[in-house]
Amino acid sequence: MNTKTAKIAKPRKNALVMFIHKMGSPPWFYNFTGKFIPWLWLIFGVLAAWGLYLGLVKGPADYLQGESVRIIYLHVPAAWMSMLIYSTMAVMAFIALVWRIRIVEILAMTSAPIGAAFTIVTLTAGSLWGRPTWGTYWVWDARLTSELVLLFLYLGVIGLYNAIDEPRKAARAACLLSLVGAVNLPIIHYSVKWWNTLHQGSSISLLGGSSIDASILWPMLIVAVAAKFFYAANLLTRARVKLLEQDMRKGWVRDVLKEKN
Amino acid sequence: MSHAPFIWAAYSIGAVVLLWCAVAPLVHKKSITRDIRRLIQIEESSRDSNS
Repeated sequence: MNTKTAKIAKPRKNALVMFIHKMGSPPWFYNFTGKFIPWLWLIFGVLAAWGLYLGLVKGPADYLQGESVRIIYLHVPAAWMSMLIYSTMAVMAFIALVWRIRIVEILAMTSAPIGAAFTIVTLTAGSLWGRPTWGTYWVWDARLTSELVLLFLYLGVIGLYNAIDEPRKAARAACLLSLVGAVNLPIIHYSVKWWNTLHQGSSISLLGGSSIDASILWPMLIVAVAAKFFYAANLLTRARVKLLEQDMRKGWVRDVLKEKN
Repeated sequence: MSHAPFIWAAYSIGAVVLLWCAVAPLVHKKSITRDIRRLIQIEESSRDSNS
């Protein structure tokens, strides 16, 4: 074999591939993510405080909705998060089912309680906005009902994951359920177009611009970005705790605890 | 109709739910860490009694 073919035969390791491989290792994942979590919480705190200050203190009341418009700084970012987290969970569930990567399995499963929390916030804030605006807390319209179904899907995933003793078997069953439940996402998104609903249609589009005034839009977008950092920080915290729980008899967990002492 | 009670209620419930969501894993971590330390103690004491 000449030197040219020897060079071709030797696989070159891409930095990104190396990083993904490293992230698959529980001790490496635990130590690496631990460094970022305080920064993620800090960015979340700063952005949330800034966005809410602009929206609640500086921002004007709406000419039609009055002061109740201030609820949308909570309701809309929470609603976006409820769908984004489910989409992320479904993608991770697919990866976990196909490639059987335990860290991804854990990340998918620890996403569910965070998604459920954001869905509860969406439904309660929306309901409290509906009473002064629509004159009712609840109607069984397509958008509200499909969002409630999303909450039940999250609760189903959490329940199924906790109902089976063997964690990997439990994760596989719950990942499958989360994949099936992903069919609800386009239903939530297009419900205001497909059916005649009390809930208004989309006011913001990625391509088509926004019909919301900038004084309301920007604080809402800042809170929406803050919510992403909340998700990232909370997800990594939960995943690290789940790793400790699953690997409590392994050497690396003992090393981590010894280092802390 | 005053909108203030609805705004306060929405933000209070939101704060409680998200705070619980953030604190729950930390509480769980504390109990897991306690369990692991107890496990290490049991293993070390059984190793000592065997030797």
